[in-house]
Amino acid sequence: MNGRKLWHFHGGLKLDGHKPISMQSTVEPLPIPPQLVIPLQQHIGAPAEPVVSVGDKVKKGQVIAEMQATVSAPVHAPTSGTVTAIEERSIPHPSGMSAACIVIDTDGKDEWLDDRKGHSQYHLLDPEELRILIRNAGIVGLGGAGFPSYLKLQPGAGKIVNTLILNGAECEPWITCDAMLMQNRARDIIDGLNIMRHAVHAGECLIGVEDNKPEAISALRDALSEDEKQYIDVVAIPTIYPTGGEKQLIKVLTGKEIPSHKLPIDIGVVCHNVGTAAAVADAVIRGIPLISRYVTVTGTAVAKPHNLHALFGTPMDFLLQQCEPQEDKLARLIMGGPMMGFEINDRQTPIIKTTNCLLTMQQQDITDDQPVQPCIRCGQCAEACPAQLLPQQLYWWSKAKDFDKVQDYNVFDCIECGCCALVCPSHIPLVQYYRFAKTEIWQQERDKQKSDRARERHEFRQYRMELKKKEDEERRRKKKELLKKTQGDKKEDDKKSAIEEAMARVAAKKEQQSAAPKNTEELTPAQQKQIAEADARRERINKDEPES
Amino acid sequence: MIKSSPHIHPHGNITRVMLNVCLALVPGIIAHIYFFGLGLIINMAIAIITALLTEAWILKLRKHPIQPSLLDGSALLTAMLIALTLPPMVPWWIPFIGTAFAMVFAKHLYGGLGQNPFNPAMVGFAVLLIAFPQEMTRWTSPAFNDASLLSFVELVRYSFSGVLPTGLSYDALTMATPLDTMKIQTSLGESVSAIQSTQKVMGEVAGFGWEWINLMFLVGGLYLIIRGIIGWQIPAAMLLGLFLISLITSLIAPDSYASPLFHLFGGATMLGAFFIATDPVTASTTPRGRLIYGFSIGLLIYIIRSWGGYPDAIAFAVLLMNMAVPTIDYYTQPRVFGHDGK
Ligand code: SF4
Ligand code: SF4
Repeated sequence: MNGRKLWHFHGGLKLDGHKPISMQSTVEPLPIPPQLVIPLQQHIGAPAEPVVSVGDKVKKGQVIAEMQATVSAPVHAPTSGTVTAIEERSIPHPSGMSAACIVIDTDGKDEWLDDRKGHSQYHLLDPEELRILIRNAGIVGLGGAGFPSYLKLQPGAGKIVNTLILNGAECEPWITCDAMLMQNRARDIIDGLNIMRHAVHAGECLIGVEDNKPEAISALRDALSEDEKQYIDVVAIPTIYPTGGEKQLIKVLTGKEIPSHKLPIDIGVVCHNVGTAAAVADAVIRGIPLISRYVTVTGTAVAKPHNLHALFGTPMDFLLQQCEPQEDKLARLIMGGPMMGFEINDRQTPIIKTTNCLLTMQQQDITDDQPVQPCIRCGQCAEACPAQLLPQQLYWWSKAKDFDKVQDYNVFDCIECGCCALVCPSHIPLVQYYRFAKTEIWQQERDKQKSDRARERHEFRQYRMELKKKEDEERRRKKKELLKKTQGDKKEDDKKSAIEEAMARVAAKKEQQSAAPKNTEELTPAQQKQIAEADARRERINKDEPES
Repeated sequence: MIKSSPHIHPHGNITRVMLNVCLALVPGIIAHIYFFGLGLIINMAIAIITALLTEAWILKLRKHPIQPSLLDGSALLTAMLIALTLPPMVPWWIPFIGTAFAMVFAKHLYGGLGQNPFNPAMVGFAVLLIAFPQEMTRWTSPAFNDASLLSFVELVRYSFSGVLPTGLSYDALTMATPLDTMKIQTSLGESVSAIQSTQKVMGEVAGFGWEWINLMFLVGGLYLIIRGIIGWQIPAAMLLGLFLISLITSLIAPDSYASPLFHLFGGATMLGAFFIATDPVTASTTPRGRLIYGFSIGLLIYIIRSWGGYPDAIAFAVLLMNMAVPTIDYYTQPRVFGHDGK
C-alpha cells in the first residue's frame, strides 16, 4: 500500500469495470486511412483558423490551423498529404452537429516536416518557453475536457502550486487507453510530469491511479529514479466511480475541496491527465506535436476489443473495422464511457484529441426505454451523488421549470456524472433534466445580458437625443444672446462633460447589475465545455424536452 | 428524447424495493398469526383486493396507464400495513373502508405515488380509529393455548356476518392490549412490576405474543437494512428516541412508567420503526433530517402512549412528523461539495 493518507468523497458507485477485455493485446498503430477529417475545434475555446488552402501539400506535423485567441489550440497535420477540402463535416459532439474541418487526402508516405526540434535539456528552458512549446504543439487536456494545457500550466500572478497531480484514475467502465498508456509509456509520463513541474514550480507531484490497475501502478513506480521518488508519489486510490473527476481526485489525494465555481489553482493544485503528460514529453523533448492518441475500442458489439494508436481525423468506422464489429448486434456507438459519453450517429465522425474510447453496445445493454416511474423520494440519488447535491430536489424543480430554485439547489455544482440516474429505482433520466435546466438558465442569462445591453444603448440614445434637444435650444438661445452680445462660448465643454456624465451613469448601473452572481462569468473549463455543448443541444432539447 | 448518458442499466427498481419490503414483513406476519389467529389473513386479503381495485379504478378515472402503477407494489404494501395494524377480529368493512380511504384520499387525491405528504396506511388507520373506536380498540385475546382461537371458517363467518360460534361472545374472545392494560392499571395506582407479574397478557417483557411479533419485525427490518433497501437512520433514531425517554421516566418513577424494553418490544414499535416510518415518500430525505425525523417519532410515540388517549401511537406520531418533513428537509440540506459548511 501507499502509506499515504487518503481521503474519500461522498457517494460514488462501484461499477463493473469491464476493463480486462480491451487489455488483452498490445496497442496497435492504426494504418493510415486514405482520408483524414480534422475538425478545427477539438478543444474548449475558439476554433483554430486554417492556414492552408485547398490543394496545398502538407507534411506530417505541419500547422494547418492556428489559434487566434488565448483559449484555443493550433491543429497539426497528422500525416502527409493534400488538403482537398475545408468544409463542414460531422464532428464528435453530443448533439451530432457539423463544424468546419480540414480534409486531407493522405499520400501514405507519412513524411515529417523537416525542422522538428526537441529539447532534451528542458530544465534549462524557462517556464514561459515551455508553455509556448506546449501551446504550439496543440496540447489540450486528453482526459476528456480538452482545455488548452498551457493555460493550466500558467498559475498566474501570486498563485503558488503546492501539488501537481496527474490523473490516471480512469474511473469510467470499459475505458483502458490511459491504463495502457501508463503501462507502455510510463517513462514518458514521468518526463512530461517533470516538465510540467518545472513549468509551474510545483513542489510535490502525485499520480493517482485506481487500484484496479496494478500493472500501471508498478510500471509507473518502476520508471521512477531514486531522485524522482523524493518528490513523485504514485498513489493507488480506491476504485470508486467518479474518482477520476478532477474535484473528486483532488479531494481523495489532498483532502481539499475546490470551492464551488473556483479552479484547482485557487487551492494550490494543478491537475493534468496522464495522457497529457506523455504528449508534453513528446512535444518538448522530441518536438512532436499532438497528432495522435490511444483510443480504446470496446464494448459488447466488437469481437476484438483493444486499444489502437490512431491519428486524429481518422473516421471512427475505420477504427471499428480493426476490431471486428458485429454489425447485426451493434445498437449504439458511444464516444467516451457508458456513464458520461455520448452517442455517435455518424460512424464517419473523426477521432479528435478528446476521443478516449469508442464503446459499442447491444440492444440488451441499453435500457433507457424502461418505463419511468414517479419519484418516491427514496434519497438513493442523494446517497450516490459525489457533489453532495439533492438530485431529487433538482429534478423536482427542473421539471417544474423553477430555475431559481434549481440554482438554489446548486445545479451548477452537478458534474453530470450520472450516479444519481443509475441508482434511481424509478428510472428517471435525472441528468437529462439537469442539462435541460442548465441550458435554460444560461440562455435566459444571455438573453438578459443582451436585452440589458440593448436597453443601455436605448437609454443612452434617448439621453443623447434629449441632450441634443437641450443643446439645440441652448444654441438658439445663445444665438439670440450672441446676436446681442457677441460673446465666446464654452458649450463644447458642457456637451463633453454631459456625455461623460451619462457614460459614467450607464457604467455604474452596469456595475451594479453585474454585482449579482452571474453564471456566465468566471466559468471553469468544464462549465465552458458544458455551455458549448448545451448551445448546440438546445434546439433539440427544446424539441423533445423531457415530458412530465 | 435524446439518448443521453448514462447508457447502462439503472440498478434500482421500485417494484423490487416494494416486494422486498413485503417479503421482510413475512416473519412478523407468521408470528402475528401464531399468537392471534388467522384473522389477519382475512383482513389482509380484503385490504389487498380493495387496494388494487381502488387503485385501478382511480388510475382509470385519472386516465393514467394502469398496469405500471398497479404493479409497482406500493398499493400492495399499503394494504399489508393497514391489515397489520388492525385487530384480528373486525368486520369486513373495516379493512375495506380503511384501505379505500387510504388509496383515494391519502394517495391519489395528492397525485399518486410520490406526491402524498402523509403515509397512506397511517391515514387509513387513523381514520378507522377515530370513526370506529369500538371495533378498533379490542384485540383478540392472544392464544394462551391453541384452543382459544377461532377456526378460519368461523373467522370468515364473523367477518362477513358478525355471527360468532354459539356460546362465544365478542367480549369473551377479546381483551385490552398490553399497552392499554398498562395505561389503565397504572392510572389506577398499580405499580408497573405488579401489573407485569400478575397479568398473563403482559407476557415476559412487553406483552404475550407482542414481544415475539416485534422481534420478528426487527429481523425483517434488519434484513432490509442489510440489503440496502432502507437506510438505518430512521429506525435507529426512532428506537433511540423511544428508548431514551422511556429510560429516563422509568428511572425517575419506576412504579408508574414501564421500562424501555416494554416500549421497544410492545405494540407496533418495530413495525413502525422499520416499515412505516421508513416510507420514503413521506419521510425526510436528507441524512440529518432522517435522524431528526426518526428521533422525534420515537419521542412522540412515548408521549402519546403515556399521556394521550389512544391505545397505540405509531400512526399519530408518524402523521405529525409527516407534517414537519418539508421544514426538516429545508433546514437539513447537506453541505454541497466545495461549499462552506453552514
Ligand atoms: S433515486 Fe429516483 S426515486 Fe429515489 S429520490 Fe432520487 S429521483 Fe426520486
Ligand atoms: S449527475 Fe449531478 S446530481 Fe447526479 S450524482 Fe452526478 S453530480 Fe450528483
